[in-house]
This record gives sequence, structure tokens and C-alpha cells, in this order.
Amino acid sequence: MFDFTTVTQWIDNLLTSAMPTWAATLIECVLVALAVITLYAVFAIILIYMERKICAFFQCRLGPMRVGKWGSIQVVSDVLKMLTKEIIDMKNVDRLLHKMAPFLVIVASMLTFSCLPWNKGAGIIDFNVGIFFFLAAGSLGVVGILLAGWSSNNKYALIGAMRSGAQIISYEVSIGLTMLTMIILTGTMSFSEICQQQADYGWNIFRGHIPAVMAFIVYLIAGNAECNRGPFDMPEAESELTAGYHVEYSGMHFGFYYLAEYLNLFICAGMASTIFLGGWAPLHIYGLEAFNNIMDYIPGVVWMVGKTFFVVFLLMWIRWTFPRLRIDQLLSLEWKYLMPISLVILVMMALCVSLGLTL
Amino acid sequence: MTLDNIKTLEPAKLRTEMESLKKAGFDYLVNLVGMDWGEEGGLGVVYELENTETHATTWLKTSTADRENPMLPTVSDIWQIANIYEREVFDFYGIKFVDHPDMRRIFLREDWVGYPMRKDDKPEEQNPLNMTNEPLADTTTQYILNPDGTISTKQNTIFTEDEYVVNIGPQHPSTHGVLHFRVSLDGEIIKKIDPVLGYIHRGVEKLNESYTYPQTLALTDRLDYLGAMQSRHALCMCIEKAMGIEVSERVQVVRTILDELQRIDSHILFFSCLCQDMGATTAFLYGFRDREKILDIFEETCGGRLIINYNTIGGLMADIHPNFQKRVKEFIPYMRKNIKEYHAIFTGNVIFQNRSKGVGILSKEQCISLGCTGGTGRASGWANDVRKNHPYAAYDKVEFNQVLRTEGDSFARYMIRLDEILESLNIIEQLIDNIPEGNYKEKTKPIIKVPEGTYYQAVEASRGEFGVFLESHGDKSPYRLHYRSTGLPLVAAMDTACKGFKIADLVTIGGTLDYVVPDVDR
Repeated sequence: MFDFTTVTQWIDNLLTSAMPTWAATLIECVLVALAVITLYAVFAIILIYMERKICAFFQCRLGPMRVGKWGSIQVVSDVLKMLTKEIIDMKNVDRLLHKMAPFLVIVASMLTFSCLPWNKGAGIIDFNVGIFFFLAAGSLGVVGILLAGWSSNNKYALIGAMRSGAQIISYEVSIGLTMLTMIILTGTMSFSEICQQQADYGWNIFRGHIPAVMAFIVYLIAGNAECNRGPFDMPEAESELTAGYHVEYSGMHFGFYYLAEYLNLFICAGMASTIFLGGWAPLHIYGLEAFNNIMDYIPGVVWMVGKTFFVVFLLMWIRWTFPRLRIDQLLSLEWKYLMPISLVILVMMALCVSLGLTL
Repeated sequence: MTLDNIKTLEPAKLRTEMESLKKAGFDYLVNLVGMDWGEEGGLGVVYELENTETHATTWLKTSTADRENPMLPTVSDIWQIANIYEREVFDFYGIKFVDHPDMRRIFLREDWVGYPMRKDDKPEEQNPLNMTNEPLADTTTQYILNPDGTISTKQNTIFTEDEYVVNIGPQHPSTHGVLHFRVSLDGEIIKKIDPVLGYIHRGVEKLNESYTYPQTLALTDRLDYLGAMQSRHALCMCIEKAMGIEVSERVQVVRTILDELQRIDSHILFFSCLCQDMGATTAFLYGFRDREKILDIFEETCGGRLIINYNTIGGLMADIHPNFQKRVKEFIPYMRKNIKEYHAIFTGNVIFQNRSKGVGILSKEQCISLGCTGGTGRASGWANDVRKNHPYAAYDKVEFNQVLRTEGDSFARYMIRLDEILESLNIIEQLIDNIPEGNYKEKTKPIIKVPEGTYYQAVEASRGEFGVFLESHGDKSPYRLHYRSTGLPLVAAMDTACKGFKIADLVTIGGTLDYVVPDVDR
């Protein structure tokens, strides 16, 4: 398996040989930041195009077809349009909070995005309490949404923000519990180690068998709710609240919410593939050495992105099939069903691990 | 139907008479039509009542000679729907209904001067172009009759200062048009809904008074655009009956088929929009895919897709297209197959079932009192189908079931519509192979003058009973042409149906009540 640390090590050596260590570190930070921002934008464009095409095929349509071959540069032109649009200043809004809110959302989204392990040795933020950091950074987003609703001086936005607050905070409980389940299985919170273990011993979803599959399903539901995507898109609920918390935003400020929504989907799916589906670890079947060797030739980043897009597709499938829930049903789904189930899964996993029943 | 003997009541005796009629089983107020009979006749109101058991109807009228300060007793406490009908009459004729709790204008701006439907009113002179925002009062006036015969006024509150009132509309994705609800909320729970109407009020009834009869036809398509066929059918039938024109069997059958196609079209759109409102966008486009087939059939035969302009006085604008029968016969099995798809993708979905079952319940009594006809009434167990109760066109020659349910909730209203699509397909199937030969249009005089008298014709439009009330003084344009809107009672029912439910349910309930705004506003 190709280890990305050889590349990073080489760059590091090159820089430190030419300049003092502090300058090398500074340049490396800038390079990493540029890489994150570029990846972020590129994935956003791919995801938006993918969603438009997938939803079109679900709906017996073709989707964008005019701009470029099969509408391939439609999204690029949409982004350019968004960048040129005016950001309208509202009367009677809380200026500071109103302008700060989209940045909070996008910062939270980028921080969590950086947690994803792309390849062996290619994790950007990777330390021993990685999952803790991921959950903490992810919770920042809800602050941005609440601030947006509060500062907009709009009743729709306020209702949307209240719903969003209740929803995201509730579903974080389930996300935390299912992640805890997998921490019990792996015994570590570091993303690189979680992936390395899965490369060595097999994907977590197979190792943890029944409780892991159940945790995976609970995670997908809760993750979908965490991203404010249908059928859990109550904070935006187009047909009730027009656009919910971001109804008063325009131009790139709205664009930040839009980007963050898609990237949160990607991050949610990426995290699912990291902790359940092996991250960059290739698929190995015990006893089939030839097959395993072929699988090893596929680079880890392809595995990671491939699995992530598979989960993204699952989530899009759900979004374009189901009607929206109602806020009280949404909360009772979490507190009456998902949370007790995730607690049970947690106990099951703990038992499995302590009795050595994992594969 | 010619109305020869409308019983005239003294205003003083109106209420006792109305109460005794209500006790005698006339529990459905079909029409409440404001009238201006000029200097001698005075201002008045025509009432139509129907007995929901026997389907017998009775017509009454009352009037007052006082044009300065006309007062009539209210019947809004006897029939709930009279509340909104009387506001309409107050708006257009200035008749103040004593003891009506909410005597506000309904369609026109609150600062409008004059009462435009009065024959002597000059609306253009009194109302120059107004550039200020429309005022929306939070209080309303009630006129009270004191024991000594004098009238005093009282202010009633609609919304108090500290209520959290959210405006749903006039531009909102799920009001299906420019409709405005002021919704008072307690958290997510709805406490009260006050509909503000008239954003696309075009004064169709007033326009009709200056149009010739063929010209009035053009406006019916623009009322309920999903019941364009049926509305125009009603007006044509009313004028034909008034003039004694017998249309051929062929016309009757073609009109029936097209009415049913229009009903399917409307119910498919109902399904689509409900799915869209509830966030299931894929099901929405499934509906549109199938509706396209009907619109293609319309386009081929009538030339129009939405504004169809097909019925005319004495028959049809043109004969059916040679492809018509073939296309319709292809459509019937296609639609039967796709209904199953609708059930698979949406009806069986647990989220939809949880959101619609037990939501927005209207009891049978409430439906009758509110005049909610059509699918909404039938979902509560009220057998109100005009096609069964007062058959017209070819409906007495075909066999079909009146789909009834008893739950009265959103889910029942939804299922009624889907089942009615199948019934409509049955009706079309019985007729499509047996379209009799005959004239597609009877010869009429170049200038149509309807003989003096009062006429009424009701049809079962896509979303309820649509009625045409015509009073002619023998001229080439009508003296008064009133349409019984199918949507107005449904909007009036929103407050009753939504109270105590959540904002998200408002969308579901509004979607399943299925009103069309141009029909509400006229």
C-alpha cells in the first residue's frame, strides 16, 4: 500500500534544507490550507452536479444539459454567478452576527472536512483524540445556524433556527453514541489508527458484525438529520418556511450555506466510510490472496472517495424518495427510537468486545 | 334550472324562518348572493339552501330599501360559511349584517371607498391609484341591534398586540397562489388563522355585467383553472336552459368525457402539489409526467392546455379531433397502471401516513356548515356529488360510485382524490366508444339575449359544487352573474381545520383541502 508520508516527508525535507524550520512550517501550513480549500471547492462542485443529475434520473428527467456536454460546466457557471451576486444589507438586522454566521458554518464544515483520512499518511488533522475533535468542530455549525436565524429579524428564519437547534443537538447524541460504539471496537480515537486497523484486520462493519451494521444504519439516519437534508430538512422546509434560517441571505453569504450543506453531506458520508467501511483500506476477503493483492493495487484515495460517494448516493436516494417529517415526529424519532437503540448497540458492542465475539 | 318562485322574506322575519328551515333539514347553505335591484327593489340577498338528506333545494330572498345604511340580519351563526359570504356581500354591496362578528372587507383593500357592485357606484372616480401599503387591521367591527331598535357598534379583536403572528403568503410556495394567511402561533402550534383574500381579485362578476353572454364565457376558464371545463360547462348549460336550447346527445357525451378528463387532470395536480408540499419532489414529477398526457389530449381537441375555451353556448367550439378516441383509450390503462405507482411511492410511505392520518379533521357537520363540497366533504362522509344528486349532461347514463370516506382527515381527503381518478376513468371508459353522432353545435342567434328571469345551474367541478346564478333582465348582458366558488368555503375552513395543529400541518391541510386561488378570489 502506498504511504503518502513519503510525499509529505520529501516536501518537508526539501523545505527545511532551503530555509529555517519555522519558515518551512509556515509554508507547509499555507500549502495544506490551499489544498483543503481547493479540495473543498472541487468536491462541492462535483456533489452539486451529482445531486442534480441523480435527482433528475430519479424524477424521469435529464437534469442540466445545456451548459457544456451533459451540463458538465453548469455548476461551475452557477458558482461564478454566485460569486458575482450582490450581498444585500438588510435593515434592522444584527449586523455583526448576521455577517459572522455563514463564516461559522463554513469554518465548522472545513474543520471537519480536514479530519477525513484520504490515504495512508494523508490525514490533515490527525491526533489521538481525532473523533473528539471531529464532534466538537462539527457542533460549531449549529451556532452559525442559530445566529443566522436570530440575527435575521425574520420570523421564518427564527422558526427555522429553532427547529435546527433542536434537531442538530438531538441527533448529535446518536452520532456520538454510534461513534462511541466503534471506538469500543477499535480502542482508539485516532482516524489514522482506525483506518490502519481496518486495513490489517478487515473493515469495522464486518468485524463488529450485527452491532456494527445496526450502528451504521443509525449513523446514516442521524447523519442525514445532522446535515439538514431531506427527509430531515425541516430547518429549511421550503414549502413551510420558504428557506428557513438562510432566507435573508444573498450572494456568497448564501453560497456559504449552500456549500456547507453539500460538504456536510460529503463529510458525513466520509466519516461513515472511515469508521465503518474501512476508510482508505482496500477490500480484503480472508483466504483469497490473489484477490487481495489486486485490491491492494487500487490506491487508498480511490477507495476512500469511492466509498464516500457510495454513501453519498445512498443519502441522495433517501432524500429524493421520502417526504419530509414533521418537527415533533423528528424529535420523537430521535429521543424515543434512535437514542435508546444506539444505547443498546453500545452495550451489545461492549459485550461483544469483552467476550471476544468480534471477527 | 329556472327559479320562478323565490320566496321573499321580510328582514325582520328572516332569522326565525331560517332557523326553522335549518331545523327542517336544510343544513347546507349553497349560495348567498348579494343583489342590487335598483331604486325600487333595493339592496338584498338571495339564499339557496339544500337538504343534505333529500337533496331538495329552496330559494329565498330578502331586501332593504335603505341605500344609505342598509342593514340585514346575519345568518352566520346558523351556517358557519355565511360568515365569509356575508363579508363578501358587505364588501361589494355595503349591506351591513347585524350581529355578524367580523364585518370587514374581504376582497378589496380596507381603505377602499364605495361598494363597487352597486349599480350606481363609480369605483374608478372614488379610488385613484393608491401607492400606499394596504392597511391590515387587527380589530373588526360588529353591528349590534339593541332591544330598543337602535344600532350600536362594538370592536372585536382579531389578533392581540403580543400574539406571534406569521404571514404565510401572499408569496409562499405552499399557498398555491397569491393567498395570504395571517397565522397566530404558539411555538409551532397554530392558534388562529385569518385569511386575507383578494390579491388576484379581478372582479369577474362585475365585469360580466358589462359583457355580452359569449364574452362572459371567456372568464370562467380563468376562475378555477383546474376546473376550466366544468365551470364553462355550467355557464353554457345555464344559458342554454334559460334560452331553451337543446344540445345534441353528442355534445352531452363529449362534455361529460372532457369534464372527467379535467377532473383527472386536477386530481393528478392535487397529488403532485401535495407531494411537493410535503417534500417528496420525486412523486411530484411523476404526477406531472402523467398530467402531460391529458394536456396533450386537450391541446389536440380544444387547442388550449390550461385555458381551454371549448364549450360554447349551444355546443362545442369545434368537433372532437379524429385522434381523440384513440388517445383517450390509450390513456385509460396507462393511468390505471400509474396510480399503482403513486400508491407505491407515496401512499404507503410511513412518513406520509404519520403526517396525514388524524391531521386536520373536519367532521361531517362542520363540512356541511362550512359548505366544503367535493372531495373534502366526501372524505367526511357527506354524499354531496352533484353528478349523483342533480344529474346533468350524460351522468344519468353512466354507472359510477360516489367515493365516500368517514375519517375526515388529510389522509382520507387524499385517498378520495386518488380513488376518484379511477372512477372518472370508469366513466370515460363507458362513454368513449359510444359517442353518438349529431351536431357538435346548435345554431344560435348572432346576438344572444337571455329571457328575463333568474336561473341557476350547478355542476360537480374538480373540487366541489360550482354554481352559476344568473339574473337576466332580457338584455344582451346579464344583470347579475354570480359564481358559487368551490374554493372559498375551503379557505374558510382552514381556521377550523388547522387550529391546534402545527405549521407543517397547515401545509398538509391546505394541500389536501385543495383550493385554487383564482377561484377563491374571482
